Amino acid sequence: METFNIILRAIFIDNMIFALFLGMCSFLAVSKKVSTAIGLGAAVIFVLTITVPINWLLQEYVLKEGALSWLGASFANVDLTFLQFIMFIAVIASMVQLVEMIIEKFSPALYGTLGIFLPLIAVNCSILGGSLFMVQRDYNLVDATAYGFGSGVGWFLAIVALAAVREKLKYSNVPDGLKGLGITMLITGLMGIAFKIFIGISI
Amino acid sequence: MSTETIEKTEVKEEVSQPAEAMLSKRRRKILSDPLNEDNPITVQVLGICSALAITIKMEPTIVMSIAVVFVIVFSNLIISLIRNLVPGRVRIIVQLAVIATLVTLVSEILKAYYFDMYKVLGAFVGLIITNCIVMGRLEAFAMANKPYDSILDGLGSGFGYAWIILVVAFFRELFGSGSILNFKLAEIGLDFQTNGLMVDSIGAFMVLGILIWIQRTKTGYVEH
Repeated sequence: METFNIILRAIFIDNMIFALFLGMCSFLAVSKKVSTAIGLGAAVIFVLTITVPINWLLQEYVLKEGALSWLGASFANVDLTFLQFIMFIAVIASMVQLVEMIIEKFSPALYGTLGIFLPLIAVNCSILGGSLFMVQRDYNLVDATAYGFGSGVGWFLAIVALAAVREKLKYSNVPDGLKGLGITMLITGLMGIAFKIFIGISI
Repeated sequence: MSTETIEKTEVKEEVSQPAEAMLSKRRRKILSDPLNEDNPITVQVLGICSALAITIKMEPTIVMSIAVVFVIVFSNLIISLIRNLVPGRVRIIVQLAVIATLVTLVSEILKAYYFDMYKVLGAFVGLIITNCIVMGRLEAFAMANKPYDSILDGLGSGFGYAWIILVVAFFRELFGSGSILNFKLAEIGLDFQTNGLMVDSIGAFMVLGILIWIQRTKTGYVEH
C-alpha cells in the first residue's frame, strides 16, 4: 500500500511538471502534436523506471558515506557523495544509449516511435531530477522504482494533456506576442491549478 | 591539457591575423544578443526548469544566477579549448562530463561556505547539469568558436538567463511573500494581502508567461 501511495503521490501531487518544473524544456518543445508527445512521454517513463533504481543501487553501495564497507573495513569511512552528479549523469547517458541500441535491435517499430526522442532524454531534467529527489527522500529499492515509474507517468500525463490543448489552440486567435511559448506557459499554469485538487489524496 | 593549450594558441595566432578589438562590434553583438532579442528563456525556450523552481524568493535566485553564469562561462571556455580534440560521436558525453564537474565544484563551494542556501536550492544545484542553456550553448557556439568569443557568449547567455529569472523572482516574492530581498514591506507601512498562488508553481508559470508576452511584444518576435 505504501508503495502504491508513492506512485500516486508522484503522479498527481509531486507531479514532475506542475509541482517541480522538471523536464520543462522538452515539455514545451515537443508538445505540439499528441502522437509525438505520447512517444516522448513513453520514453521518459521507460528511462525513469530504469535509471532511478540503478542510481539507487549506486548511491547505496558506492557513493553514500560508508557505502563501500562491503569492500572491507578499511573502506568503511569513504564518502564519495561529491561524485554523485557525475556518476548519475554518466549512468543516465549510458543507459539512454543502451536502451536506444536495444530497442533498435529488437523492436524497429518501437524504435521508429521512441528512437528520435531517446537522445533528447539524456538532458531531460526530469530524469536526473528523479534520481536526485530519490536520494533526498531516502527510499528503499522498491519505493525508488515505484517513484521513478510514478514520476514518469505524471510527466507523460502532463505532456499529453498539454499537447491535446495545443492542437486545439492552433485554431484560436492568440495575440502575436503571446503565440507559442507565452500562451503555453499560461495554459500550463491553469492545468497546474487543476492538478492542485489532488493535494492530500492518499490510500 | 598543457599540450592542448599550446596547440590552440598556435592556431589562434594564425587565424586572427587582422587583430580584432577586444570588444569589436561583432563581439558586442555576441554579448548583447542573448540579453534581449535572442534571450535564452523567452525566445529560445531553454532552461525553463530552474527558472521556475527557485524563483520563489530573490536571494536563492541571485545565488542560482551566479552559479549558472559561472558554469556557462567556464564550460564554454573549456569545450572551446578542446573542441578540435573531441570526436563528434562522443561529444555529448564529454560536454556532460565537463558540465558535471563544474556543477560539482559549485555545489561543494555552496556546501562549504553557504550551507543554508545549499539546503534551500537542494536538488536544483545538481539540475544545472541538465539546464538546456548550458548544453545548448556548448553545442551551438563553443564547439565552433574561439575561446574568447565563447566566454563572451557564455556571459551574454548567462546574464540573459539571470535577468529574466530575477524579474520573475522579484514579482513572485513581492506578491507571494510581501517582501523584497527578505525585507518585509509591511515594516514600512506597505501591508497588503499576499497571494498564495505566487508562492506556488502556478504563479511562476503565470508570471513568466506574462513576462514573455511583454518581452516578445516589445521585440516584435512572433512564433509560428
